[in-house]
Parts: sequence; structure tokens; C-alpha cells
Amino acid sequence: MTTLMINGERRTVDADPGKPLLWVIREDLKMTGTKFGCGIAQCGACTVHLDGTPIRSCSTPVAAAEGARITTIEGVAGQDGTLHAVQQAWIDHQVPQCGYCQSGQIMSAVALLTETPNPTDDDINAAMSGNICRCGAYGRIRAAIKTAASQMPAPVIETEAAIEAEGTNDE
Amino acid sequence: MNKWTRRGFIAAGVAAGGVLTVGVAIREGHRAPKLASMMAGDGETLVNVWVKLAEDNTVTAIVPHSEMGQGVATAMTQMLADEMDADWELVTFEQAPAHEAYANYPLGREYLMGDTTVPGFVQDSLNGGFLRIAQSMSLQITGGSTAVRFTGEGGMRIAGAAAKEMIVRAAAKAWRVPRRELRTERSFVYHDASDRSAPYAEFAEAASKLSPPTQPTLKTVDAYTLMGTSIPRFDIPSKVDGTAAFAMDVDLPNMSYAAVMGPPVFGATVDGFDETSARSMPGVKQVLNEGHFVAVVADSYWNAEQAVRVLDVTWTETGREGLDQDAVYDQFRADMAEAVASGKEQTDIKVGNARRALKTADQVIEAEYSVPYLAHAAMEPLNAVAQVSGDQVDIWIGHQNPLAVRDEIADTFGFKKPNVTVHNKLMGGGFGRKSEADYPLMAVKIAQQVDGPVKLIWSREEDTRQDFYRPATTAKVIGGLSADGEAVGWDYQFVHKHDPAEASHIPYAIENQFIHYAETENPIRFGPWRSVDHTQHGFFIESFIDELAHAANKDPMAFRRDLVSESPRYVAALDAVAEAADWGRALPEGRGLGVALVDSFGTIVAEIAEVDVTGPTPRVLNVWSAADPGFVVNPDGFTAQIESAIIYGLSATLYGDITVEGGAIAQSNFHDYPVVRMDEAPEIKVQLINSGARVGGGGEPGTPPIAAAVTNAIFAASGQRIRALPLASQSFSGV
Repeated sequence: MTTLMINGERRTVDADPGKPLLWVIREDLKMTGTKFGCGIAQCGACTVHLDGTPIRSCSTPVAAAEGARITTIEGVAGQDGTLHAVQQAWIDHQVPQCGYCQSGQIMSAVALLTETPNPTDDDINAAMSGNICRCGAYGRIRAAIKTAASQMPAPVIETEAAIEAEGTNDE
Repeated sequence: MNKWTRRGFIAAGVAAGGVLTVGVAIREGHRAPKLASMMAGDGETLVNVWVKLAEDNTVTAIVPHSEMGQGVATAMTQMLADEMDADWELVTFEQAPAHEAYANYPLGREYLMGDTTVPGFVQDSLNGGFLRIAQSMSLQITGGSTAVRFTGEGGMRIAGAAAKEMIVRAAAKAWRVPRRELRTERSFVYHDASDRSAPYAEFAEAASKLSPPTQPTLKTVDAYTLMGTSIPRFDIPSKVDGTAAFAMDVDLPNMSYAAVMGPPVFGATVDGFDETSARSMPGVKQVLNEGHFVAVVADSYWNAEQAVRVLDVTWTETGREGLDQDAVYDQFRADMAEAVASGKEQTDIKVGNARRALKTADQVIEAEYSVPYLAHAAMEPLNAVAQVSGDQVDIWIGHQNPLAVRDEIADTFGFKKPNVTVHNKLMGGGFGRKSEADYPLMAVKIAQQVDGPVKLIWSREEDTRQDFYRPATTAKVIGGLSADGEAVGWDYQFVHKHDPAEASHIPYAIENQFIHYAETENPIRFGPWRSVDHTQHGFFIESFIDELAHAANKDPMAFRRDLVSESPRYVAALDAVAEAADWGRALPEGRGLGVALVDSFGTIVAEIAEVDVTGPTPRVLNVWSAADPGFVVNPDGFTAQIESAIIYGLSATLYGDITVEGGAIAQSNFHDYPVVRMDEAPEIKVQLINSGARVGGGGEPGTPPIAAAVTNAIFAASGQRIRALPLASQSFSGV
């Protein structure tokens, strides 16, 4: 039995430790937003986050994900269903066409913006070139990443003072 | 009850709960006997577009095309709702079920029925998907960029306008006022004089009892409220949160998974295999010898795929085991030479006397071009879920022609057509590959031997090696110039004539043209690939026109413009793209601009590429496109299609290269069949031209010009002429 922490939930699966995380997510956990595209980490359709880092789940054995925080496309929006700034920008720019690669694109873009809140074109190239889109939505993806960057809240720096202040607000 | 219209007749009825339904059908006694025979009984059932108006005033458009990312559902619905004056907030759509009632009659006519614009095809063009389509005459096809230009123009708009007219007539009757005093807006009927208004639904039942109008009045462009606007697509929200349902995502209780392996050399069958190791692998339930492929059924796709890989299959000999790519091209060249030597050229177009003009021309140039086989490489590998229960078949699939899927399954396995249910899902890309019937038939064949539903998934390797490829082709072009640099003769020979028939024609007014092809074998199976024959002809024709312009010492833009001066739409497209790209501007050393102009699927597209050749391989920096489809229904959606078509064509230009080695396809996945990625994607600017001409297609016309625009730019930058694709197979001298 393997225990996974996926989108904030603890899930236990009975899967061969060598089975790729992609197929555990899709077949065992029945979460189908993460896609199979190539099986050899060439296309990025299967991208998920492992402790915040984008990885290709088709080439990651499930055993390697045990104990890590896994985030999939289903876990990107807020708890209340509010879309992530990247998802909203994807709608605003009408990015998807067939849409099959877009879960992976969005996972790569979210990771990029978390790490680099105001990415340059080179940053976007470096972070996004592992994700193939056969509908060729690259121009819209680039524009949507820039829009999302301008709309995402500045990263919260948790100073002790801020934590204390939050504590008092709770009362 | 039903009256004839020019295109067909309009039928109306009322469903339970007072729901008004209106459809458009083709007329009985159509001269295509196979189409006519599809009409059951009284000849009034071949309804190909419907609209439903429900009691709650919602309008549902039933769209007979498959969604593969081209925004077809939104554009179709937009056309219907505009004519109906429906409130967009109350409008939705359903995809039509796989049923004759929704057959895509116009596509069938254009592609298969030999209508006036389509000369008779040679037999070998009826290959692959074309053959199956022709055989079954099952025409619920999404392809050929037909949705907006045929179904939309000839169906959705008429259905919407007819529904509105019937509602207005019913309202006039109910309120006892003249029809002309009524107006409609956002799903309401208004009688301003008496200050009355009511929702459409109030008249639905009464309207359904009226005779449908013979020829409903369609709006003129100035009255459009929805057409011509960039309404956001219906399907996009589900494509940003992972909920969009592709066939790959279908999950049924008690479902098994199947992985397959086909023969490395097409046509081979299983000679034998050792299944002991596969059988002992985890989760494996069955190992199946299906004759022309092997399958492993397991409790998960992963287990099935692992097991199919260890099956040591021996395949029968086909006689093509020694075939290599060079031999394919050599055969084309030999057959082309033989056709000329023996005078057995198949004539496509003969205007004036090209060969005589070339004899007397001041300057004659000649060039040979070639393009390789191409895979489709849609992001979603082929897959289908099938379940066979007694005499019933259910299949969940993303397919461009669901009706053919149903008929093929019924005919191949002996099921009754009404017992085969096709659940058509979103496609993760199609590009022509998902118009073939091979993968649904494989899924059903496996399902017949499996207890419960089975999901067949092709590996990317199978998807690459078992495609119906864009055929490799060659062309030989001879052009003649007069002393003052006018093009006076055009002798254009090629191999493989398929669809559309006019793909080899040129937009240029050259007085003497001989366009012809040679009969030749294509040893690898092939099928439609985004823009079909236009892909290669766009490259060949637009490259050679460029060569002629340079030989004449003329600017390639001006040279083309002179040759299309009698065709205002071509001139406008060239002028628009030239202005957008600032054609003629000074460029840094190692940069060049190249132009190409192609008229395909009723849409004229001019493209300019800006290329930098200072690095080890050329880099495409910018692409400008001017597209004239007559009228653009959804500008943002159309723009997205042009952007997409450019990138798709650019992948082929830069990298696309499927080769035959020892009779087998040498490539297998994205590492050896690379495609354009983010870091290589040029900036694309699209300009749309509403010329008012008959509406053209959107999905394909952006692809044909891009290859030549890029290679012409390389020539402008470096003087190196590229005559064979892809660029990755060429060596570059740089600046």
C-alpha cells in the first residue's frame, strides 16, 4: 500500500511501487485531468507538482512521490472553487483549443509564476518548452502567463509580526 | 406540412412539453443516389441541423460536427442564435448523435460526389479514410474546413431564421396584429404599438403547428448581432480545470485496459509469438492474437503496455522489408519521367500551350521539390472504450466521423446499425487522423473477447508508427520568363493527386499552364492531414513562383501582385500582409522576409515569415498573416485557428520527417519526431478580411502557405534555396 498526499488529501492506493504516478492518479485515484501524451517525459501533458516542483508523472514511479505533496490540475483552484490567476488568464486569452495539453501547461505555468513572479520571455521559454501544444497555442500561453503575473498577489512574506497580527485577528 | 427550399426543406415539429424543433433537411430525389437512399420512408427524415426551443425559453443548437479544439460548437451556435435573435445567455448546444439525420451532406458532395467543381478523382485517391468514407457514404464528417462554410451557412442560419419566422407568425396570430408590426430581440417578441412583449417560448407550441417558411429571410451583414463577434468558446472553462471529458477519460465499472502492437511493416500479419512471459506479468488477463495486431488486456493500461512490449512477435513477410525512403523518392522520380517520356501525363489543368511557350521563352528555369511523410501526432494518443453485450455495441470515442464509426462497426462485425451506439467525446486533437476507422474497429474486436468494457489506448509509439501519413510527394516545375521578366509558361508535374482536387491549381494568371501528375504507388498508407494536398502544393508552388520572381530580378511581392492583379481578393490579402510586415524595409544582415499566398477551402491566406539565419539553423522570428474567408463568424476563434495552423505547418517545415527504413517507420515519439515548442514559436499577427465573398473555411487554410513563406525568407536572407523539407534534414551555410 502506498500513501499519497494529493491536493491536500491523504489517499492510500494498492499499486506496484514502479507504476508511474500518472497511471496511479488516472486509474487508481480516478482523477483524469492529468493527461497521458508520450510516456517518456517528452511532451509535458502529465505535468504535476511534487512539493511545488513540476515533474512529469508519466516517468515518475509512484514510490518516488510517497511523502511528497502532490498537486494536480484538480488542486489548482482555491478551496471555494475560485480559479487560480493562471486558469482565469487562460480563459481571458481563450488559450485552449483541443485542450488536451492544457492541464500540463497550466501546471508548468503555475510553478513558473510561483518561483518567478514576473518572468521574462526567456524565463517563459525555459519553463514552458517541455510542454508541447499541437494546436500551437504558444502565443496565447505566453500572453496569458504575463497577464496572470500582473494579477497574482505579491508573494506573502510571513514575518513574525505578520503571524502575530494574524493571531490577534482570529479573536 | 413541409415546403421545399433551394437547399433542402425545413421541417418542424413539437416535442413533449411544447418544445419547438426546427431542422433543415436535404431534398428527396437528390441526384446523388446514395445520399437519397439514406433518407428513410417519406424522405423527410434527413434533417441535418436542429434547433430546440424549450418551455423555459432556452434555445439549444444541435451541432453535427465534432469538437477538436476548433471552436466549432460555438461558431455554429452563434450563427443559429443570430438568425433567431436569441438571447445568447439562454443559448446552449448539444453535439448531434451519430445518426444519418445529421449527416454532413455538403462535405460529402464536395469531396465525393464529383460535383461541378470537383473533377473525377483517380481511383487511388480513394485510399485510407477517403475510401472508407466513400464506401460507407457516412458523411457526418468534421474535416475539409466545412463546418462554418457549409453546415453553418446552409443549415444553422436557415434553421434559426425559420424558427424565428414561425414564432413571429404565431405571435401575430395570438395577438391579432400584423406580422410587420412585430420585432424580435433577445428571445422576446415585441409589439411596441400596444406595448406588449412575450418570450419566444410562449409561442413555441403554436409555432410548431405552422408550416415552416419556404425560404426564411436571412439577415444581411449589417443586421448581425452575434456573427462577427468574438464570443468566448463554450468549451474553454472545462479545459482549464481538468474536467473536460476526452475519450481517454472515460471510466466505466469493471473496465479492463488494452494495449496493442501493430506490424512494423504495413500489411504484415502475426506469424507467431511467445506469450509465456507476458502472461505471467502482473495484472494481465488476456493475450490476443488479432491477426493484424496483438493485444494484451490487463487490469491497468500500465500493466497491459508493459506486457505487450515483451511479446516477441514474428510477423509475416510482405515483400516490402527492404524498402527505404530513398527508394520511395526514386520511384516517384522514375514514374514522373516515364509519364513524360510516354506522353501519359494525367492532365489536371491545360491552359494555352505551356510546352511551346517554354520553348520560346527568354529564360527557362526548372526545379524539383519534395516533402516527406508526416504523422499527425495529436496530443491525445488514439484510444476508445468499447463494450459488446450480446447484439449491442457501445463505443466511447473522439472521432471526426462518428457516423462512419457506427457503420464500420456494424458492417465489419455484423451488428445492426441501430444497435451500435457511438458516444462521441471531445478530441485531444484530430488533424485528419481521427477520421480513420482503424482504432474503433480494433477496440470493438478486443471488446468482443473481453467480459465487460475495455479501454484501448495506443502508446505514443504506436500512434507514430501506425498512422495514415500525409503522403511523401515530389514535384518538378519548369517555368518560363519573357525578356521583360513576365511569367509566360508553367509546367508543373507532381505525384499523388488526392483532395481537394484544386490543390494543385495556381492563383496566378500565367497564360500557358500545364499542370499534370504521374500515377505512382505510395507504399505507405496515407490519409488526410490538416489541409490535405494543399500542404505540399502550397510549398511547391509558392517556392517556385519565388524562384521565378528572383530569376526575373523582381521583388517577390510585386511579382505575385502583378500576376493576381485581376483578382481583387488576392491583391487585398497580399497588400494587407505586406503592410503588416512592412515588406521592403531594411533588415539586419542575416534576416529575410518571405511571402506565400494560398487559396484553400474557400479562404485566401497570405503569410510573411521573418527568418534569422545567423545561427546554426534558421530561426523563424515573426509571422504575419492576412486571411480572407469572406466573412469571419468569430474573429478571435478564427484568429486562433490561423495561429494554430501556422504552428502546425511550421512543425512540419522545421522538423516533420517520417521515414521508411527496412519497410518500417523509423520514428516513434517526440524525441525523434520533434515539433515546435514554446522557445521556437514565432510571434504571429493575424489580420482578418471580411471581403463579403462566399464564406470559407477556418481550420486548415493557415497551414499551406507557411512552409514556403519560411523557405522564401531563408532565400532572401542567405541565397540558399530549400527544395526539400524539413529544414532539419538540410545543411545550412549560414550568411
